[in-house]
Amino acid sequence: MSIPVLQANNISKQFHDPVTIDVLKGVSFTINRGEFVSLVGRSGCGKSTLLYVLSTMDTDYSGDVVIDGRSMRGLSEVQLAAVRNKKIGFVFQFHYLLNDFSVLKNVMLPGLKLGEYSDREVRERAMYKLDILGMADKAAKRASQLSGGEKQRVAIARALINDPLIIMGDEPTGNLDKRNADAVFEIFSGLMRDFQQTLLIVTHDQDFARRSGRIIEMGEGQVVV
Amino acid sequence: MKGKILVDIATTLLRARLRQTIVAAVGVTFGVAMFVTLLGFMNGLNDMLDGLITNRTAHVRLYNEIEPNPAQPVALAAEHRGAYHFINSVKPVNGRKEIYSVAKVIEAVTADPDVLGYAPKITAPVIITDGPVELTGMMYGVDVDAELQLYRFADYVVAGNPRDVKIVPNSVILGKPLAEKLFVNIGDVVSIATAQGEQFPLKVVGLYQSGLADLDRTLCYASLATVQKLLGQNASYITDLNIKLHDINKAPGKAAWYASLFRVTAEDIQTANAQFETGSSVRSLISYAVGITLLIVAGFGIYNILNMMIYEKMDAIAILKATGFSGSDVKSIFLLISITIGIAGCVGGLVAGLLLSWGIDNLPFETAALPTITTFPVSYNPAYYAIAMAFSIVTTYAAGWLPARKASRVDPVVIIRGK
Repeated sequence: MSIPVLQANNISKQFHDPVTIDVLKGVSFTINRGEFVSLVGRSGCGKSTLLYVLSTMDTDYSGDVVIDGRSMRGLSEVQLAAVRNKKIGFVFQFHYLLNDFSVLKNVMLPGLKLGEYSDREVRERAMYKLDILGMADKAAKRASQLSGGEKQRVAIARALINDPLIIMGDEPTGNLDKRNADAVFEIFSGLMRDFQQTLLIVTHDQDFARRSGRIIEMGEGQVVV
Repeated sequence: MKGKILVDIATTLLRARLRQTIVAAVGVTFGVAMFVTLLGFMNGLNDMLDGLITNRTAHVRLYNEIEPNPAQPVALAAEHRGAYHFINSVKPVNGRKEIYSVAKVIEAVTADPDVLGYAPKITAPVIITDGPVELTGMMYGVDVDAELQLYRFADYVVAGNPRDVKIVPNSVILGKPLAEKLFVNIGDVVSIATAQGEQFPLKVVGLYQSGLADLDRTLCYASLATVQKLLGQNASYITDLNIKLHDINKAPGKAAWYASLFRVTAEDIQTANAQFETGSSVRSLISYAVGITLLIVAGFGIYNILNMMIYEKMDAIAILKATGFSGSDVKSIFLLISITIGIAGCVGGLVAGLLLSWGIDNLPFETAALPTITTFPVSYNPAYYAIAMAFSIVTTYAAGWLPARKASRVDPVVIIRGK
């Protein structure tokens, strides 16, 4: 049962400011359905850069990203936005919740944008996702009223709203204390176990990486392990 | 479905920045209100001043000009044909002042579908005496009914009933300053002498004030029959025919046509009062310029506030784009905000402008020159409101467009990695 969800084919990228540096030098790997992958490496080795290339937000690279069997090369900005909306869920180091909206609305927004379900269905789905993360009782609060750990859980719920093919995380535990970081890890592994959720997480946390299913280690713009 | 979520986000952002939003909207409100009020006031004034002239001036005036015969005898002599004629001291013939075969002219004018109506008139210089005082003046013989109907005669008769001049035999309406000078009032009798020396006692039945003081000091109105009797002329003696057309712009063409048809002098209103047209259009132009400037300033206010909002909401824009909102979605959100501010401000401005106009309309404005005006004149032409609305929405759209485009180009990677 190895269905490829995300393929990186010989991805290279250069930064030109102030001098040309090869950040990624022909990175290739495949992530299959249901894998919990940690992307690790020293600071500046290009792991975050790689994540943003794979996320379709950064389009300035050579090589190819294939998501769910479809090449991301040559898709328009609107098509890429639709791919991110439907197939990718994001969790960042910072929660990026919209403070002017309620917790529930924050989770609902990508679902409303997708437009596959009615407003009521999106609301029910959002409540369900919040319930999975134990945040259902905070749904009516404004995002700014939550603690750091709670915000990150809401951000995960938001990432889940459209049942994405893959969840991408950029240091999702980087801003959290040990207890909250463990909780987030438990959430991720729970998602993998219970829903066969595919995850690709960039992390510094050796402990976090060791406990995930697979580790991709990067060094100097290339995959080491 | 897709639009609804964008409206939802735009509304939430607006509500979160309610104070800034209101300040921006008030800018538009002020601009629109001033635009509407200024144009209404300026054009009300224009209409009034134009009315002073157009209400009382014939669109086409037919009369017999006293002028030298263009065909002098020497030109008719066969032996001097082809030579250049020098003639000194050419004098006009003492021709008749009345319009020739006026009955036929009236017949033709009445049949003309372009003509709204006509008012016959007799002009005669007179000397008005009251006791030892002698004053020169102009006597106008008018058809009161036609004057009332076509030239708002009643607006300028400040005392007495204008119809009395027709009903009461041997009656006259005097210019108000003239009456004051003669120290007469309604019911008194003044003596009027013609240039031919005939003297008649006429009873004063009304006072007239046109607003042009020079005119009012010499002016008397009487019925056609009274003036004909005064001059010893028969009922076909008419010196002027004041024609009012349905469309004032046809006046020059009509004047030329009548002049050639009836062999009379025909003067159109555009030639007689060219300067009024110019004055009105320049005043309108200035008020448009000021109004549009106000709206553009309001547009800069919106531009600033949206720019600020975009800097504040960088994170929100980044996450919206990361979670699947495209650049054009983000642009729509900020354009919606801008247009909402524009429409809210515009509606407020139209109402405020209407109230302000109404306020000005009720301010007392009394001047001896304009007897019928008691408050400031204001025009409520819906066209000004439509222009203000259209222009304010265009301005706010333009003001929102640049910041919205900037927002749509925000690169989420730069924002998110920058943290």
